[in-house]
Amino acid sequence: MTAAQRHVLQAALVLVAVYVTAIAPNWLDLFTLMQVTLFAAMAVLSLSLAFIWGYGGILSFGQTAFFGLGAYVYAVAAINFGDSTNAILLAIVLPALFAAALGYFVFYGRISDVYLGVITLTVTLILFNVVNSTAGDEYAIGSARLGGFNGIPAVPTFNMPYDPAAILSPEQSWYVTAGVLIGVYVLLRVVLASPFGRVAVAVRENEVRASLLGYDPRLVKLLVFVFGGAIAGLAGALYVNWGAFVGPTIFSLSLSAEIIIWITIGGLGTLVGPIVGCFLIQYLNSQIGSQQAFNSYLVLGVILVAFVLLLPKGLVPTARELALKIARFASERRRPTPPAAAPQTEGAE
Amino acid sequence: MEIAIILALDVLNGASALFLLCLGLAIIFGMMRIINLAHGEFVMLGAYATVVSANAGLNIWVAMLVVAPLFTGLVGLVVERCLIRFLYGRLVDSMLATWGLSLTLIGVVTTIFGNTINGVPTPLGGFSIGAYRSSWYTIFLFAMACVMCALVYVVLRRTRFGLIARAVMQNPGMAAALGVNPARIYMATFTLGAAVTGLAGGLLAPVSGITPVMGGAFVAKCFITVVGGGAAILSGTLSAAGLFGFVNQLGAYFTTPVYGEVILFLSAIILIRLLPQGISGRFFKGTL
Repeated sequence: MTAAQRHVLQAALVLVAVYVTAIAPNWLDLFTLMQVTLFAAMAVLSLSLAFIWGYGGILSFGQTAFFGLGAYVYAVAAINFGDSTNAILLAIVLPALFAAALGYFVFYGRISDVYLGVITLTVTLILFNVVNSTAGDEYAIGSARLGGFNGIPAVPTFNMPYDPAAILSPEQSWYVTAGVLIGVYVLLRVVLASPFGRVAVAVRENEVRASLLGYDPRLVKLLVFVFGGAIAGLAGALYVNWGAFVGPTIFSLSLSAEIIIWITIGGLGTLVGPIVGCFLIQYLNSQIGSQQAFNSYLVLGVILVAFVLLLPKGLVPTARELALKIARFASERRRPTPPAAAPQTEGAE
Repeated sequence: MEIAIILALDVLNGASALFLLCLGLAIIFGMMRIINLAHGEFVMLGAYATVVSANAGLNIWVAMLVVAPLFTGLVGLVVERCLIRFLYGRLVDSMLATWGLSLTLIGVVTTIFGNTINGVPTPLGGFSIGAYRSSWYTIFLFAMACVMCALVYVVLRRTRFGLIARAVMQNPGMAAALGVNPARIYMATFTLGAAVTGLAGGLLAPVSGITPVMGGAFVAKCFITVVGGGAAILSGTLSAAGLFGFVNQLGAYFTTPVYGEVILFLSAIILIRLLPQGISGRFFKGTL
């Protein structure tokens, strides 16, 4: 597939997504629509890790740190301001700043893969422990009580920009959440097509070679990490908007694990794959939740092990290879002389 | 004075528990470069093996010191044959697969035993120092840590298996050329690491609540200790467990247990930033 064909395919995908978003409230009942809204909010989170892991080569085991931070920042700010607009902005900016501080520490210390995973995991656990121990009236920011293991209930949900009286209906929340998902996808596509995105992929492929070409891998990785942190924070705000509640379990290990499972199943190094994986696994999870025969951990664990052993590339890249193979086979049968092989570019959809 | 003794005992307790918990992970990670994210669940399996067999009427010491390591070692053997052996040299995949394994183990144990908290009474009584009381079990844990340390040293240093294992650790290709089968050594090492981890779980069963998800509390702490310790199995784990146990208990004493853990994690992050090769990479180069 040439670059132009890829762009056409991606644009078509976005148009279909916009169309589906627009008609979804007509087809789904309210309960299902709210379920799907949650899935879309989580898909934004999965995109944030898909970007930094799949394209930046940074395996962060603690992406929930930024997600949870965004959720808590949104909750505290929305309670204090009584208006969600600035709260959403803060939920993007503060996790990004936190990611910048952590990333500076990690990347400028030249800490490598394994250690990075351990450190991000640890940071998530620290946040979990700290937030979990904030029960009591003395732990309050402005008029928002942090509430420890009970979390913060009754968080104001999204309203029209700077109009606290106009609270969004569930349908409008769906439009916002799905719109953000599509917007983040398009934004990431644009970033990846830009020179910066190319450099990020180059650093992922070979750090030494990239630095010999004059790029600073530390800075590139830091920027990728901060960008991913900002998106995860935004996902946190969307998540709180869905449930009007945030508790410390948002920092839990099981959620961190789940994000990684979404990406492994959907396909690392793609953007569509993690969204597909996220929707699939969450759907599966909600189905498991409504029966008693199987424990959800058991099912998730077996799925992850099976994918690592049998289909390590994930669903979307495998499907793509299959489609390309079929297309090539068909075109060879039509023309006896095989065409010159088109160069395959990594990271294509 | 009395408070100082109690505090010292606390530090000793924390450090020995941490050392016991980390030793199995250090053996697996140090020798095979496999990141075992199911480590916490191996601890959990050891604890469950102890509780179940003790509640079935078995002597608590036998349950702790024999059943727990044997059972977990057996699980480790099965896991190595069915899963880990396909993943050597694929660091990230091994992390993902062991994470999947940890979820699976939690799921299996929850399905069998339910989500409730189990426990066994702590054996051995307590003794008093002035106005404070402490438990003999603390001393026993410290003794066990010393025994395990000596045992691992002797096995790696004085036995034929230890010699071959160290050779494989240094250069698997060369060892294979000299007629050693690295696959078998890896299998034995993983089983050994799992058994040592199960023993730690058994030893900690009387002093902690046993739930299917208890492993999550250990895995990050163990990782950060092993990574902070560096490549050397014994000296690295010993020094890091000593340091972090000290920091943790002291922090817990002056603030709360929760912040003690936070202080442990923060100091570990700073340590890794300052010594990316770990403590043993800087100070005990080339030791065991």
